[in-house]
Amino acid sequence: MSAAEQELGWSSDEMMAVASARALAEATTCFVGIGLPSTAANLARRTTNPGLVLIYESGTIGAKPQVLPLSIGDGELADTADAVVPVPEIFNYWLQAGRCDVGFLGAAQVDRFGNINTTLIGRDGRPDLRLPGAGGAPEIAAHAGKVLITVRHSTRVFVEQLGFVTSVGFGQGDGDRERLGLRGAGPTQVLTDLGVLEPDPDSRELTLTACHPGVTVEQVREATGWPLKVADDVATTPAPTADELGALRELQERTRKAHRAGS
Amino acid sequence: MAELTSLREAVAGLVHDGDTVALEGFTHLIPTLAGHEIIRQERRDLTLVRMTPDLVYDQMIGMGVARKLVFSWGGNPGVGSLHRFRDAVENGWPVPLEVDEHSHAGMANRYVAGASRLPFAVLRGYQGSSLAARSDTIGTVICPFTGEQLAAVAAMNPDVTVIHAQRADRSGNVQLWGILGVQKEAVLAAARVLVTVEEVVDELDPRPGAVVLPSWVVTAVAHVPGGAHPSYAAGYTTRDNAFYSAWDPISRDRETFTAWMTEHVLDPARVS
Repeated sequence: MSAAEQELGWSSDEMMAVASARALAEATTCFVGIGLPSTAANLARRTTNPGLVLIYESGTIGAKPQVLPLSIGDGELADTADAVVPVPEIFNYWLQAGRCDVGFLGAAQVDRFGNINTTLIGRDGRPDLRLPGAGGAPEIAAHAGKVLITVRHSTRVFVEQLGFVTSVGFGQGDGDRERLGLRGAGPTQVLTDLGVLEPDPDSRELTLTACHPGVTVEQVREATGWPLKVADDVATTPAPTADELGALRELQERTRKAHRAGS
Repeated sequence: MAELTSLREAVAGLVHDGDTVALEGFTHLIPTLAGHEIIRQERRDLTLVRMTPDLVYDQMIGMGVARKLVFSWGGNPGVGSLHRFRDAVENGWPVPLEVDEHSHAGMANRYVAGASRLPFAVLRGYQGSSLAARSDTIGTVICPFTGEQLAAVAAMNPDVTVIHAQRADRSGNVQLWGILGVQKEAVLAAARVLVTVEEVVDELDPRPGAVVLPSWVVTAVAHVPGGAHPSYAAGYTTRDNAFYSAWDPISRDRETFTAWMTEHVLDPARVS
């Protein structure tokens, strides 16, 4: 933790996870990506939404892991699931059919309309930087009732122009999702370690609507690779409660121990 | 009917230079040791297919067996990049690697079409994604009933599919359970099928949620205990998370990688 974080008593990553878990308070089902989204969704089950149904693309529906999985196919996801279905079924019958309220995604790059790149990044005079690729994200972004994105805020991530659109948010703006036939509502919140961005209701451009405690609008602007739109009234995210921090730290400590012991 | 044979004989008989080969396994039941045998037998110009190429494909690509990779997510789960895959794509080392890249939904449906012996599958997918323009196995089709335009993906029919399973009986019937991924579809889509198993038993007693692949859709079964490592076989082994982390520094550097492969995979004492 930085000195500022020590003074606050929690880190910006912890604030991001807590804000993300709060965003899942109303959800019934969440199609979960590995990494930050999985941390948030499992924290939600311990804080804001104990009944939340976690769906991982390995086909585990209703997984209730005691520790954060390292991969979407960890044995504990299957052992604790309500049902384990084959991969074609999870994508066709459950995701495509509209049975997932929330899709929770990470990203390598995000643009001002919440489009995501996880495929490759062009570099001047050098071969493109190769990233892992799409995985389940294009169809999660298309079909989930709504999409949450969680990612650390920096100008490397929040870029003016994507060289490759892996998963579509709002395309080039209002009306594009409808034109493309994307049935879900698209990204309704982007939760970072600095604050929260939400699409403008008219233009769909991501707009800063909340800063985390101790973060200024100027800091978020500096960490964004385009002239960031800022809401008239920027809220301050309520700080993590002792319960939220306790649940998150306990989950992460148990995860560290389990993955060390299991290796 | 499936033949019970050694892994070495099975690979020698079923996998040929230039083949399209799918070693499937969705984090669970990855046929790693079969991949090592393909490396030892120095197959070349393979088109490797898998939804989630991870360590064993990084190893196969780094050892120069592949000409092309068909996939939807290529990373070291929970750790980061596949460095040999990146080196092949970015720098052509040790040989250039062509890619045909999909989403998971697209790849899963390609296998479904292949297993169904249909030329393509239909889904709602790829709308607005840059993926569609870069692949000649992604297209569109108009629904004859509603007029709606939908995504179409070409069937995937590997020359050989290789999977790892928990058990087979002595007639070559195969039983697997836990996270089943896309293995059944990949098996039924293929011309030839090799299954490595943890155990060969006299009789396959029922297991909750298990899939049985009858002997007559399987070409060869080889008894390869621990054949999924560092992945796992539910009920037999656990995922070696430490190895996935350890692979990152091993694979970053060409020389370290080559030395590791020589010691752990090519070493004749380890040949099955």
